[in-house]
Amino acid sequence: MSAPFDLLYSEAEEELRSAVRALLTDRCPPAAILARVEGGRPHDPGLWETLAAGIGAAGLLVPEKLGGQGAGHREAAVVLEELGRAVAPVPYLTSGVLATEILLGCDPSSAEAMTLLREVASGRQVCVPAVPLTLAPGAPLPTPVRDAGGGVLSGSVGFVADAVAADVLLVLADTGLYAVPVAEVSLTALVPLDLTRPLATVGLDGAIGTRLADPATARAAVAGALLAGAGLLASEQVGIAEWCLTETVAHVRTRHQFNRPIGSFQALKHRLARLWLDVASARAAARAAADALATGTADAPLTIAVAQAYCSGVAVRAAEECVQLHGGTGMTWEHPAHLYLKRAKAAAAALGTAGHHRSLVADFAELPAP
Amino acid sequence: MITAEELLTRVRDLLAAHPPATTAPADFLRARFDAGLAWVHYPEGLGGLGAPRALQAVVDGELEAAGAPDNDPRRIGIGLGMAAPTILAYGTEEQKRRFLRPLWLGEEVWCQLFSEPGAGSDLAALGTRAVHDEASDEWTVDGQKVWTSSAHTARWAILIARTDPSLPKHQGITYFLCDMHAPGVEVRPLRQITGEAEFNEVFLTGVRIPDSHRLGAVGQGWAVARTTLMNERVSIGGMRIPREGGMIAPVAAAWRERPALRTHALHQRLLELWVEAEVARLTGERLRQQLAAGQPGPEGSGMKLTFARLNQEISGLEVELLAEEGLLYEDWTMRRPEIVDFTGRDAGYRYLRAKGNSIEGGTSEILLNIVAERVLGLPPEPRDDKDLAWKDLAR
Ligand SMILES: Cc1cc2nc3c(=O)[nH]c(=O)nc-3n(C[C@H](O)[C@H](O)[C@H](O)COP(=O)(O)OP(=O)(O)OC[C@H]3O[C@@H](n4cnc5c(N)ncnc54)[C@H](O)[C@@H]3O)c2cc1C
Repeated sequence: MSAPFDLLYSEAEEELRSAVRALLTDRCPPAAILARVEGGRPHDPGLWETLAAGIGAAGLLVPEKLGGQGAGHREAAVVLEELGRAVAPVPYLTSGVLATEILLGCDPSSAEAMTLLREVASGRQVCVPAVPLTLAPGAPLPTPVRDAGGGVLSGSVGFVADAVAADVLLVLADTGLYAVPVAEVSLTALVPLDLTRPLATVGLDGAIGTRLADPATARAAVAGALLAGAGLLASEQVGIAEWCLTETVAHVRTRHQFNRPIGSFQALKHRLARLWLDVASARAAARAAADALATGTADAPLTIAVAQAYCSGVAVRAAEECVQLHGGTGMTWEHPAHLYLKRAKAAAAALGTAGHHRSLVADFAELPAP
Repeated sequence: MITAEELLTRVRDLLAAHPPATTAPADFLRARFDAGLAWVHYPEGLGGLGAPRALQAVVDGELEAAGAPDNDPRRIGIGLGMAAPTILAYGTEEQKRRFLRPLWLGEEVWCQLFSEPGAGSDLAALGTRAVHDEASDEWTVDGQKVWTSSAHTARWAILIARTDPSLPKHQGITYFLCDMHAPGVEVRPLRQITGEAEFNEVFLTGVRIPDSHRLGAVGQGWAVARTTLMNERVSIGGMRIPREGGMIAPVAAAWRERPALRTHALHQRLLELWVEAEVARLTGERLRQQLAAGQPGPEGSGMKLTFARLNQEISGLEVELLAEEGLLYEDWTMRRPEIVDFTGRDAGYRYLRAKGNSIEGGTSEILLNIVAERVLGLPPEPRDDKDLAWKDLAR
């Protein structure tokens, strides 16, 4: 049997968690998120700056010699847990994880790629991949963008997450990977189910980009980034689920009906006990995925598929239980439960559905379909 | 405190002095116990070295690699998992010396005389009586126990009995070590849904137990029993299993080896359960790591719940996957097995036996109550039995 995953948190990871949690508690309470969402601008650039540059979250995955913190996937996973717990509207998954992983997958001798990586790692620029949020690891990579010659790009990509907060987009075209400033593209904001992770259609009509990688390198880099993104998204899902469970338990302990706290009814106790079990299990699965990414073990793709196949369902169920057990309050706009439900449901479709990841499990574990 | 390296040296010394290849298994086990390598966290002289519990894995790994015999924990599971930790916690010096060695060696098998026809989930309602006789300093026990696994092979039993019916039910209970060969102990096989009799009814009629076989103080039996029950529930979560260990193994094997059985609907369920089994394995592993790092988490109380549900769902899927073969059963002959063997038998047996996983050692409903109240801090059920004398309870 291969070496077991390290499934605990280190002291340094717990310190990072405290710092991120303190910042989010202070700067990103649910009421503030709602207010921003209603104003149509969910992202909070000031919060992002403190998180990305102040705490150094943007560069966790980037080695120090490339301008980052030289930490790794386990630490990034802890940040995502906290961002999930707060449904924080910041472009961490897209810029700090996906775009960063793509740039790390480029040829290190590409000066353009490494310069952009430094900018992203320092938090000075937000860079997001121009791919649909639903794009899954192991699925064929579409290239809807064509190079008319000399890096003049045309085409359009839908469902791009956090594009409205980006300075630069990473565009996968038939001739390779390009960095395209947002000024070069047209962004059409979509009305997203998840209000805290906005979506847009990116239109390129003769946009000029800087070429960062050849087609083969570009595709490998994007594929690797999707895998890491899926593995780390599991931690965000754990954070979402944990908030929903904690909040629901707190509510049913104090809400009285029939002259008893509703949390003393066994039907609810058993549901919440089962949910707790699922959240505890999701945590183990997500930690395994983060550790597998950090150590680069051969087991990583299977472990990530397992984590994604499991954690997305748990997050959705936790959010659904949160709404249900809050009764009428859970259906209101003012109560933050809906923000979590929307994030959980959208995250279940992001970077591959549970069904997609189960089919990957079938491949890796050699349990083929009929 | 002894280190992993020192332990390894001791294991190697043991292996050198008693090479497993040329030593009789029983002799090897005795030497291992006496070297303090049986359960390393137990005190010296009692099969241990007072080492951190986590280091047991080091010993087990090294011995397994050397092909050393083990003491078949499946045969003596109740003694190892429940009687031993309780005796260690509450026993007198004399009791520990008398009982722990033959228990670990498997020379004496133990059973658990707790449940009664009228007291299962509500174990503290039990009615088996124990009356003290001043003159002989002995107790006389009368009552009936039920669902007693291994009573037919057991030499000793842990037993709880009521010593004061005028007190509320959790008080007035006393814990004993009962000689299963004593006059008045009658064991009758109780056939179960698998066709065999793994558990029994046990009738206790005028059974004499010397006071020196009482464990803990008179009337403190519930506290002692809680130690037993806690160990019963966590003993399962501490195990380390490889990927695809456990119940999922035979199903996955059948799927790979017999493509003709595959359907799309079964594929989806198989993958879901495979993923859940892998996640359960990781959750158990995380629990083990927490324990080793001295940060015991509450996940332990959940592992039994998870395994019960998974075992039942996986074995149910297996019967369906096997199509016509799933319609057959290996053998309905009434047997009285010495061990519970999940993997050596057929799918039908696994399916039926797994039904007990959510009942034995506390039902899933009771465990969910425990998680809800002790882990999540939800309010307890309103109850009216706490302050009533046992003799006045509704039955
Ligand atoms: C295979 C097997 C081996 C066993 N081996 C032993 C043994 O070696 N020694 C021993 O002492 N016992 C043993 N038992 C007994 C076991 O511990 C009891 O069967 C168990 O505790 C349940 O008690 P009961 O059977 O009286 O069911 P009951 O307590 O009558 O329960 C019946 C149903 O009601 C539910 N229920 C009860 N109370 C509540 C509540 N408060 N809230 C919600 N639901 C509730 C239960 O979950 C269950 O579904 C064994 C049982 C099995 C199946």
